[in-house]
Amino acid sequence: MTDIIIRTEGLKKNFGDLEVLKGIDVSIRRGEVVSIIGPSGGGKSTFLRCLNLLEQPTAGKVFFKEQDITDKKMDTCKFRQQIGMVFQNFNVFPNMTVLENITLTPILEKKVPKAQAEEEAMALLKRVGLEDKANEYPRKLSGGQKQRLAIVRALAMQPDVMLFDEPTSALDPEMVKEVLNVITELTKSGMTILIVTHEMGFAREVSDRVLFICDGIIKEEGRPEQIFTCPRDPSTIKFLSMVL
Amino acid sequence: MDKILKILIKYYPVFLEGLWGTLWVSAVVVALGSVLGLLIATFRMSKVKPLSWLADAYIEVLRGTPVLLQLYVFYFAMPDNVPEAVSIIVALVVNASAYISEIIRAGIGAVDKGQWEAAKSLGLSNKNIMSRVILPQATKNILPALCNEFITTIKGTSLASVFFVGELMTSFKTIQSATFLPLPALIIVGMIYFTLNFVLSRLLRVLERRLAVSD
Ligand SMILES: Nc1ncnc2c1ncn2[C@@H]1O[C@H](COP(=O)(O)OP(=O)(O)O)[C@@H](O)[C@H]1O
Ligand SMILES: [Mg+2]
Repeated sequence: MTDIIIRTEGLKKNFGDLEVLKGIDVSIRRGEVVSIIGPSGGGKSTFLRCLNLLEQPTAGKVFFKEQDITDKKMDTCKFRQQIGMVFQNFNVFPNMTVLENITLTPILEKKVPKAQAEEEAMALLKRVGLEDKANEYPRKLSGGQKQRLAIVRALAMQPDVMLFDEPTSALDPEMVKEVLNVITELTKSGMTILIVTHEMGFAREVSDRVLFICDGIIKEEGRPEQIFTCPRDPSTIKFLSMVL
Repeated sequence: MDKILKILIKYYPVFLEGLWGTLWVSAVVVALGSVLGLLIATFRMSKVKPLSWLADAYIEVLRGTPVLLQLYVFYFAMPDNVPEAVSIIVALVVNASAYISEIIRAGIGAVDKGQWEAAKSLGLSNKNIMSRVILPQATKNILPALCNEFITTIKGTSLASVFFVGELMTSFKTIQSATFLPLPALIIVGMIYFTLNFVLSRLLRVLERRLAVSD
């Protein structure tokens, strides 16, 4: 049991009258790479956002390291520091340099000394080939570079889990590769990863498990070979026939 | 024309004093009004509903009644040992804070909500999200509107002359009662106001262009 890092029980989310998540039960193991696929509007983003409380679940439970995160007594900031998130629109901070984007939270919230935070940030930038951009402002970066920055900004907090919500959907085609390469490298490092993506080839290659989410529930889940070669659920078959 | 020059030459220290009064009162009003305005805006945006309602009522009342009336209220409501100028400046600060809080709120509202989400997901505290991520970006939206508020305040302070607070309109009244010639002094004071605000609004345009470029 202890190698389960995230577990949801009957997770539901409504927006007003709209039932977006209708009961999601899933367990994610430490080090597992899970891809989430499905049609637009099916609730994939909402599911991911419930896991780090960007959305408050309407019903059900979410456990992180055996702790119920919907418990009001929990320290939300401390909890979120353990889960990194990367968004479709990068959301890098335009008012700070690349280096400051990365060191901001470690310095403020983890009290890492500035020199050490900068050293670690430089090492991360080097890992994604952005070391020469350290003192630039994000407006000088391409989309692919911004997304690589967003990834290392999250990694600088040394999270246990990384959530990716369509990290390449807002990128020009020629930049998709550079971002996927960074994520692929991360999957090999043992990081626990949940990624919502429309890059089916990538999902098949890197994931240990694929969840197909549609109409607010997990319609089907399994190993990538199974989902992509012999899907069982009619809605999975329909979806895959449209995107493959 | 002749009269205007004569009065200008004879009374220029009075005008300078008035100009100085107008400038420092306006600066104090906008500065303190911004601090109070930030507080009001924080209340207005608070999740605690009563706080938000209270701030809303504060803003509506101050924007929905004449400034002159507010000046009188503070003038009469303050304890007797408070100097009049202080009551009047406090009234102007309170009035400005209502407008400035709405400027701040609009500026904060214009920041992309993705910035909030990214900052939250990193585990930044609300205080740090506000001070390090949101406010620096909102400042870009707030600064031009705040300069505009400064110009409005410069004109607004003229109402304080009713209580002889010592800004430009008070200079006019002083000279008028010394010379019994209202028009020349009025024209001079008017020109000073106009020049001041003209220069400021030009500077504001430059500032706006600068801010736009840095996007
Ligand atoms: N904050 C919100 N308020 C209201 N409706 C929302 C909100 N966020 C998402 N939705 C709705 O929830 C549904 C699922 O959205 P989402 O989780 O983004 O789906 P997906 O990521 O699979 O495309 C959509 O119908 C969307 O319009
Ligand atoms: Mg989505």
